[in-house]
Amino acid sequence: MAQHEVESEVAGTVWKVEAKVGDTVACGDVLMILESMKMEIPVESPVDGKVVSINVAVEQAIEEDQVLAVVED
Amino acid sequence: MFQRVLIANRGVIARRIVRALNSLGIESVVVYSEADQGAPYLAEATQAIALKGVSAAESYLNVDVLEGVIRKTGADAVHPGYGFLAENAGFARRVAACGARFIGPAPDLIEQMGDKVCARQLAVEHNFPCHAGSALIASQDEALTEAARIGYPVMVKPAAGGGGIGMQVADSDASLRQAFSRAGVMAERAFGSAAVYLERWIENPRHIEVQVLGDGKDAMHLYERECSVQRRHQKVIEESPAPGIDRAELEPVLNRARQFSADIGYDSVGTIETLRGADGAYGFLEMNTRIQVEHGVTEMVTGVDLVAAQIALAAGLGLPKTKPLVGHALEVRVYAEDSRTLMPSTGQLSCFRPPQLHGVRVETGMAQGQFVTQHYDPMLAKLISVGHTREMAIGRALVACRAFEIRGVNTNLALLQKILTDPVFIAGNIDTGYLDRLLAKT
Repeated sequence: MAQHEVESEVAGTVWKVEAKVGDTVACGDVLMILESMKMEIPVESPVDGKVVSINVAVEQAIEEDQVLAVVED
Repeated sequence: MFQRVLIANRGVIARRIVRALNSLGIESVVVYSEADQGAPYLAEATQAIALKGVSAAESYLNVDVLEGVIRKTGADAVHPGYGFLAENAGFARRVAACGARFIGPAPDLIEQMGDKVCARQLAVEHNFPCHAGSALIASQDEALTEAARIGYPVMVKPAAGGGGIGMQVADSDASLRQAFSRAGVMAERAFGSAAVYLERWIENPRHIEVQVLGDGKDAMHLYERECSVQRRHQKVIEESPAPGIDRAELEPVLNRARQFSADIGYDSVGTIETLRGADGAYGFLEMNTRIQVEHGVTEMVTGVDLVAAQIALAAGLGLPKTKPLVGHALEVRVYAEDSRTLMPSTGQLSCFRPPQLHGVRVETGMAQGQFVTQHYDPMLAKLISVGHTREMAIGRALVACRAFEIRGVNTNLALLQKILTDPVFIAGNIDTGYLDRLLAKT
């Protein structure tokens, strides 16, 4: 079982969180949607696994490379 | 003519409007958010007024604050630019209530064109060509009936909004059921209205739009722009004239766009967007009731200053003289986004040196040392090249992209160079799927 930190590729704001802790997700499933520069940027699970933590909340401002969620496979 | 115009916008278009106002001898008032302090055009305007906050909602979309600025400065007109409040009929009415002129069409026209179903209906009524489609759809059953009439594949489109948000393609009854509920949810979330309609889906269309100008009674067109090079339904390269299409095919479309604008009493500059199928049939997409980002392309092939013309129309000074289309112009949009992943990029512009070249016009609201923030769209600059031929315009745009030095953020300059050297693009074989195909190749 390895834990995978999902990092933000951009600075922006959390627009919507689609997954919650305990959810089983497939690689490519959308965990949350960020908003930056008038664009919606989906954040996808990097692996098949289970969501162990969601580290941000809706409307929270985030930095590039900030850990948004952790998925365990 | 107006004495003092408030510019309710930022960046590239704010600077463009300042330039037009300066050339007309009209005072300009710009507003700027905390994120835009030190923008180069603030000093070029007659007056610059700071707004509190950095987000668009606190600043450039804040109608109460903007109304205060109109009253305080005594501005007798407001130019909304594009984006933000440019197509907001409520704002246009508030401006009028302050005793100032909104530089754009009558609020009723903004409202009618903002409602995509209503706009489509107007186009149908006035004999502007339309691809097969439905009125507003009330239920899933109705969607299935209408889809059977139109023929699959169909596109489910939100009646409100734009930019491709919430649009879903369906190629069967099963996928239509899914798309119908999903599109409604997305439209409700993005635009506060779940209303959707259907339209025949055109495979690999070209996006061809017509620049129109109207004075409320009479109207004219200033030819077409080809805008098929897009990513996420946002344009990247635009040009005029449209490559590879006979003038004999285009003339009727241009004339009908002009006639349509005259018939509806259009009273400003506007753009009628169409999708052209591979069979050469055109269909109304929407009408943008504002100055367009890519207006510079038309300016370079006609010599008409569209922003000045828009201001003159608002002042009741009538239409400009029509001009022949001369040469070829091409605009590339320089975005703060990665050339491979298309991810937007923020940061401080440690180096920002636009090219200075013959035949290349640079439009930018940025300068070295400025911050590119997450709060606004990622466009850093537009490079508009002009030449006797398309080949020459492409060559000049390519040289300009290579010469543009930007450090501090990722940019799409490498992608633009890739497009401009791609044999498929050079041959003019472009449609709205072109850029995705090019990106998939590598």
